[in-house]
Amino acid sequence: MKTQLTVNRTRHEIEADPRVTLLDALRDHLGLTGSKKGCDHGQCGACTVIADGRRINACLSLLAQHDGSEIVTVEGLEGADGLSPLQRAFLDHDGMQCGYCTPGQLCSATAMLDEVRNGRASHVTEDLEAPVTLTRDEIMERMSGNLCRCACYSGIVAAIEEVAAE
Amino acid sequence: MTLEHQIDGPEDEGFARPDGNGPLGADLERRDGAAKVCGAARYAAEHHPDGMLHGVLVRAPGLGPVRLVNADEITAIPGVRRVFHDARMIRNAAQGGAGKAPVQGVKAAAYVGQPVALVVAEDFATACEAANRLRVEADGADLPVHPKAGEPDPDKTKDKTTGDFDTAFSEAAVTLDVTYTTPAMVSAAMEPHAAVAEWDGERLTLHGALQMLRDNKAELADCLGLAEDKVRVLSPFIGGGFGSKLGISADCVAAALAAMELGCPVRVVQSRRQVFEVNTRRTETSQRIRLAADRDGRLTAIGHSARVSNLPDESFSEPVLQGTAFTYAAPNRLLHSELVRIHRPAAGSVRAPGEAVGVTTFEAAMDELANEAGIDPVELRLRNLPEVEPGSGRPFSSHRLAECLTEGRDRFGWDGRSPEPRQRREGEWWIGTGMAAAVRVNMVSDAEARVTLTPDGRALVESDMTDIGTGSYTIFGQIAAEALGLSPDDIDVVLGDTDLPPGSGSGGSVGAASTGTAVWLACEEIRRAIAGRMECAPGNLTMAEGHATCGNDRRVLQDVLSGQPLKGHGKLAPGAAMKKVRQATWGAVFAEVAVSDVTGETRVRRMQGTFAAGRILNQRTARSQAQGGMAWGLGLALTEALVHDRRDGHAVNRDLAEYHVPVNADVPHLDVRLLDEPDDWAGPLGAKGIGELGICGSGSAILNAIHHACGVRIRDLPATPDRVLAGLA
Ligand code: FES
Ligand code: FES
Repeated sequence: MKTQLTVNRTRHEIEADPRVTLLDALRDHLGLTGSKKGCDHGQCGACTVIADGRRINACLSLLAQHDGSEIVTVEGLEGADGLSPLQRAFLDHDGMQCGYCTPGQLCSATAMLDEVRNGRASHVTEDLEAPVTLTRDEIMERMSGNLCRCACYSGIVAAIEEVAAE
Repeated sequence: MTLEHQIDGPEDEGFARPDGNGPLGADLERRDGAAKVCGAARYAAEHHPDGMLHGVLVRAPGLGPVRLVNADEITAIPGVRRVFHDARMIRNAAQGGAGKAPVQGVKAAAYVGQPVALVVAEDFATACEAANRLRVEADGADLPVHPKAGEPDPDKTKDKTTGDFDTAFSEAAVTLDVTYTTPAMVSAAMEPHAAVAEWDGERLTLHGALQMLRDNKAELADCLGLAEDKVRVLSPFIGGGFGSKLGISADCVAAALAAMELGCPVRVVQSRRQVFEVNTRRTETSQRIRLAADRDGRLTAIGHSARVSNLPDESFSEPVLQGTAFTYAAPNRLLHSELVRIHRPAAGSVRAPGEAVGVTTFEAAMDELANEAGIDPVELRLRNLPEVEPGSGRPFSSHRLAECLTEGRDRFGWDGRSPEPRQRREGEWWIGTGMAAAVRVNMVSDAEARVTLTPDGRALVESDMTDIGTGSYTIFGQIAAEALGLSPDDIDVVLGDTDLPPGSGSGGSVGAASTGTAVWLACEEIRRAIAGRMECAPGNLTMAEGHATCGNDRRVLQDVLSGQPLKGHGKLAPGAAMKKVRQATWGAVFAEVAVSDVTGETRVRRMQGTFAAGRILNQRTARSQAQGGMAWGLGLALTEALVHDRRDGHAVNRDLAEYHVPVNADVPHLDVRLLDEPDDWAGPLGAKGIGELGICGSGSAILNAIHHACGVRIRDLPATPDRVLAGLA
């Protein structure tokens, strides 16, 4: 079947088996291998992409569900003048070792900062009425869907704190 | 030409040494970082040659003889190319450093979940469906799967006795006799094992997720009956290994033989559940620790015995007592270890095999002894540090444990801690602090590297060495820049290809120091050639800012090279130093925890680690390694346990939903301090391994803090809420 979608500002039409996930479509059909497959079951966050402004696990979504979607993957995070502030901060704080979780962390963090801007509460938000303050606990909570076995959490949190403060 | 060196002692053979002012050691950005944050780094499964087919492994549902029930029906599914049930397929991943095929065969399953077939199809969805529909039957042989049911292997039983343990233990003023258990664990690297194999009729090219390419090439060739020079393995990016990618894995062998039979490239990626079972796990352990001390806390006797397990025909036996052998002095010592043969998935090296579980339990026992004797835990350790290695009497190449303990104590703010447990409460939370020493043996491995100084004044470093997140790319660039007087930006580093000189591979924390030293030697050879051209003694040559200088003769590198590249080849071998001295890395870890009196949950509030591992090659990447190790200690103490079914031994919680690796919210900021000190017995760089040290003891800092917080002593790891709560009741 055919699916039309926009990935990183480029329109694509993909002809694929209906069983193909969004993740496999990105990696195998479009050659966008930046999005990683760590579990294929929604358990690790390595496949996180931004679909219509929300972070999702691309392994848990079928390509066929995304007809007309706008997808942003790690390959689309760079701006006109180079690395995004989060990408830059991950390098400065060494928020990676093997790098396999990194694309998912970056897409997740990018969308997470938007969620906070939009006042979306998390499990650790104290006051559900007030605007969200992005404390360290908030970052840790909101980033816990992205596992990092190299355990670069100290660097990841420091990088996000720095960008959030700007 | 090749400059060969083996490390026999602290003598330097006239090699240049880093002066401490150059790029080596600096806090530099990861060289491969930009590719990683942009998604441009390509891992094994991301190679997609034209006409590539997709293979999915199918595994045995039970023990004993197996047969495929409906292979013909599966082969007939449109898009399916073939069902392989091939005797060359391997039972489980090879052990680290094997260099030859592991146990092969598909006719009987030695553990539940053993791969016995490969289904190959034109697309991934079809391959998955066909693999799901392939029916495999197993006889269900009655084999021991529980460590209590297994027989000890007489070849793996080890005893080491010094003095008279029994008398010392019975006469001591303070004694402790406790048994700790640690569960099976897995590496759970984020990248699943994956292989893309291509066969051109003569030579096999394999993109794999592997740590030790030199050995992996030999293992793969042996599995397939090919000559080694007919196999090329590439792993320029690896999504973590932690031991699980040391040996050739089932996906690689299956992909390779399918590619050879079908004449098309074949990709095989292990599913997450396969990753949990068909590669090697950390063994579960049962450890009895007996300590005897005088009134001042001076140890008079140490007894440590350990029982571990593995599948039949696996050589690996977790060296649990490795750290106990040299950490503390005591005249009377009784060390005993044994291995039972059982039919669970194979055990092998997982980050810091031996010390990760052996030091963790021992340091928890030391905390118990400190309590018994009424001595501060840091002080107890300081009182028992040996002058020379106990038993052998060998000197230490460098001993920094005391400094780690005292510096860590100050940095953490340990003083003023109440010696009694259950003294601090905040709402439902008990607050406490704990500490542990960290030790890990240091090893050296054979390693080669090539450096080419190109006519434009840049340099190229090449080796089949891997970077599994450890920072190899970055530090090799720094090493070459330091040696050749260039900026790290002037260096290119190419790794992870067996067509390049064989490095040490990444395992046992040897990579940075061993292959790094080979890079240094290759540069030394270039320096000697340049000195020759300038007619001065190598010792009088200085290379800095792109210039070579001998006395008054200062030349820009391009002039020295006059249009021709200059190559150096370094070859390092372990030498007599490994025998003459005990070489190790040292550390101390401190933790503060909060334990809920209501749920038994433990939250780690802060953690400090002070480590000494020779010369630090890059502050930033070394710090990340240490933090990673500390977080693994947290997992070991609180969350990680692979559970095996009592009936058939299969891994029950074989995915990332059920096997709990620490997540962001579990891990507080990890404060790391590195004591930088070149170890003269570690070759011209003076560097040692740091990738594993962080996990060797850090878990017990948390366990000890739990006891200090709420008075509950957890001896069966991990300290999950149910266990802590049972102690609180
Ligand atoms: S690959 Fe999608 S969550 Fe793990
Ligand atoms: S950097 Fe390796 S898993 Fe996160």
